[in-house]
Amino acid sequence: MRENLYDLIAANKRKTFIFIIVTSLFLGVLGYVVVELLNWGTAGYVFFALFIIIYNFVLYYNSDKIAIASTGSVPADPEEFKQLHNVVEEVAIAAGIPKPKVYITPTPAPNAFATGRNSQHASIAVTTGLLEIMNREELQGVIAHEMAHIRNYDILLMTVVAAIGGLIVLLRDFFLRGMFYGGKRKDSRRGGSSGGILLLIGLVLAIIAPLFVALIRAAISRQREYLADASGAYITRYPQGLAQALSKLKQSYQPMARASQSNAHLFISSPFGKDRFNVSNMFATHPPIDKRIERLNNLVL
Amino acid sequence: MILLLIIIILLVIWIIAIYNSLVVKRTRVDNGWAQIDVQLKRRYDLIPNLVETVKGYAAHEKEVLEKVAELRSRAMGATNPKESAEANNMLTATLKTLFAVAENYPQLKANENFMRLQEELTATENKIAFARQFYNDVVMDYNATIQKFPQTIIASMLNFKAREFFEAPAEEREAVKVKF
Repeated sequence: MRENLYDLIAANKRKTFIFIIVTSLFLGVLGYVVVELLNWGTAGYVFFALFIIIYNFVLYYNSDKIAIASTGSVPADPEEFKQLHNVVEEVAIAAGIPKPKVYITPTPAPNAFATGRNSQHASIAVTTGLLEIMNREELQGVIAHEMAHIRNYDILLMTVVAAIGGLIVLLRDFFLRGMFYGGKRKDSRRGGSSGGILLLIGLVLAIIAPLFVALIRAAISRQREYLADASGAYITRYPQGLAQALSKLKQSYQPMARASQSNAHLFISSPFGKDRFNVSNMFATHPPIDKRIERLNNLVL
Repeated sequence: MILLLIIIILLVIWIIAIYNSLVVKRTRVDNGWAQIDVQLKRRYDLIPNLVETVKGYAAHEKEVLEKVAELRSRAMGATNPKESAEANNMLTATLKTLFAVAENYPQLKANENFMRLQEELTATENKIAFARQFYNDVVMDYNATIQKFPQTIIASMLNFKAREFFEAPAEEREAVKVKF
């Protein structure tokens, strides 16, 4: 079935929105349970609200520096990497955003990622391995995919998702600790049933929280990958370039040494190599490459 | 009385909002055109260099070299998007011919300066194509907006005029892709 790009983008936005709502509700319930159980009162809510805001703020302003540093990327020399600079500038013009800063990640694994809190403060990094195997058109496709991540504000979204995820786990720890040390006082005063129900809810949430976080993050990341493929193809109006690049990436799948869970979603293909996520694709940050190529080939621009 | 005042205030806010959105869209069109202009100038600068380099190896390909030079000056003299688009589309086609001709001269192809110019011109051609694509997208959006009701009332009152597209050559309409 051939899909219209605008439908695809709309569907992706809708799904992402639902994910965020569900996650926020989950966070709200968990926060409520913790604050009530530990009898922190209003101060507890204020503390959590402040914590969420500050946590997000710090992450938001440093997301690019963290990603660049954690992968060991260095600025790309404009003379040595003339073609790369040219391609990035071309695609930036097509996307109608300023040219992002260009970085080189010295590793033989072919991959690329984008980072930055908005299109005015964005960076794109490609690995030396990628430059070796891609021709000009394929490189353009890869850069367009990264440019789409920047223009779609994916970095911001994933930062928020990661922050919510971290917070859920943190709340769970508060809850577990509180239950063992301080929780009893309150239960006896309230005398029973409502406290008991809260305790039960808290326990169930504590068990499923980390699983839930991983699932949500992976699901959002996968949606954004499809969306970046589609809007990348729309930027260059040439889906074949990216499709070819993806099939090359598939052939030379190899893990990156300095990738971690926290930046996996930024890359164009999963930085962990083939095996790590074979167990179940529900936890994968990237959709299967074959499916991505298939979608690109079915795209109507 | 107060109700009337509120209605008037709301109306004014509404008109200001429409006016501002029209200005934003028009600025986007102007910026889009400026982008194309920058890239076209870049190409005009690169061409004499290219012609000189090719002459050194393939002096008797006079015809195509002269045509490139002629089209370049014609494109530079264009005064509106339509003229400019026509001349530049012809220039693009002729440059393609020039690079096809260059294929027959192994020494020229191996020349470092030529290779550098070829990458530069490929990049510039792509930028022109992408800038044109972006420009046409924003022109379409702007033109559609000033024809919509109620924006059309304010647009015609304040002299917002429809803009011209920068037409792509027929064979390129399918996909923006320049290959030498």
